[in-house]
Amino acid sequence: MEVKQQKEISKTDKKKEMIMFLSSSEEKEHFLSKANRKILSDPLNDNNPITVQVLGICSALAITVQLKPAIVMSLAVVFVMAFSNVIISILRNSIPSRIRIIVQLVVVATMVILVDQILKAFAYDVSKQLSIFIGLIITNCIIMGRLEAFALGNGVYKSFLDGIGNAAGYGLILIVVAFFRELFGSGKLLGYEVLGHKGLTMADSTGLYALGYENNGFFLLSPMALIVVGIVIWVQRSRNRKLIEEN
Amino acid sequence: MDKNSNAYTFIFAIAMVIVVAVALSFTATSLQPMQAENVRQEKMQNILSTFTGDSIIVEGEKVELTRAVASKVYDNYVTEELALSNQGESKDEDAFKINLAKQLTLDESEQTYPLYVANYQNKTYYVVPLRGSGLWDAIWGYVALEEDVNTIKGVVFDHKGETAGLGAEITTDWFQERFVNEKIYNDSGQVVGVEVKKGYSGGDNKSDNAVDAISGATITGDGVSKMMKERLKNYKPYFEKIKKSGKVAIR
Repeated sequence: MEVKQQKEISKTDKKKEMIMFLSSSEEKEHFLSKANRKILSDPLNDNNPITVQVLGICSALAITVQLKPAIVMSLAVVFVMAFSNVIISILRNSIPSRIRIIVQLVVVATMVILVDQILKAFAYDVSKQLSIFIGLIITNCIIMGRLEAFALGNGVYKSFLDGIGNAAGYGLILIVVAFFRELFGSGKLLGYEVLGHKGLTMADSTGLYALGYENNGFFLLSPMALIVVGIVIWVQRSRNRKLIEEN
Repeated sequence: MDKNSNAYTFIFAIAMVIVVAVALSFTATSLQPMQAENVRQEKMQNILSTFTGDSIIVEGEKVELTRAVASKVYDNYVTEELALSNQGESKDEDAFKINLAKQLTLDESEQTYPLYVANYQNKTYYVVPLRGSGLWDAIWGYVALEEDVNTIKGVVFDHKGETAGLGAEITTDWFQERFVNEKIYNDSGQVVGVEVKKGYSGGDNKSDNAVDAISGATITGDGVSKMMKERLKNYKPYFEKIKKSGKVAIR
């Protein structure tokens, strides 16, 4: 009885999520059958690559010190993942199975170089900040995982949705973590001082700093990213009970 | 054709490589001018920021020194770009285009050193480009000297792959501010630059040719010290000339 109730609750939760997710593109809604919607929304919560599958943690530690690189990284991963999925899905019946991993790597690497080149031309400052990590998208376990597990066996449109969904799930966690790290670590969001200005003395300071608040430097270090991810996982599981493993 | 045959596998691989190569080289070539422009603007921004800081006064108004602003006002403030031999003679070369990394691989007698002379708020500054190596990869920067060619007005450092939070901190303002007003000559008249010193206890002493290091970034710090010393030393013949003449030597 209890289990049933929980299932009901999670179903309505999911519906709410879908409605929220789709409200911005209502006219497209009929393109998304129930199954397709599930492909898109599952990775945001029930099957989140970071918090549920625990993949892609390394990059989540490295680029979440500030919100801006986290957002750009998320967009880059959305692009790379969606189009790699599409390309692999188009080629899925002609890829020789013996070299399929190499083919996947080449496709991902190509997309990553494209992103890197485009950022260098149009978002130079961000590209300088992200240069190493953009290259590391190639080794992002989530991408290879999706290509191998989904794109090789599904149609183009579905693979595209799967890529967007998984990258968005990854980006969502990245942005949440970066939000807390930048806010508590440097008192800023996207570079704007939201907690007030910290002057040299208390009298020069405004906002929270005038009350004696200090930035928590620990939030700028990588271990704190791990702790924040841990807290996100905790919060998510306490709200979504079916994710809790049974012993 | 049998998809599992060797022939098919080879043909697929070759076709894929060709397609990818064409796509990538097309993008790289078509975006190259924009990327080069970004690099050029950044260089101008770095040179200007050594003596103006993060904001610059343009026509009486204080504006943030962005790349776009820097490229517009660069010519107004940088009055001369000199290409110097290691004897301090100026050569007829476009100093802005000199690749310092390449120059440093040449024999010392053949090296050419760029020097930027700037005039900002009725003061002359000499901006020297730096290049050296940190822990993982190259580090570089610019240092602006005041008219006495001894006192540092400001520095900018950048790096390719130093550790974030440790060596990469050389790009931050709080580290670069330590160099302001430091001297590059020691008491016996030699160019020694500024040493990044571990366990520094000199406090605010600006004439001991040393600043406090970043903890955990010893090798990057040593790289900075070495880079300052070696690059600045190359300009000594020219600096002596300026000191003697009391003004900028005209090309």
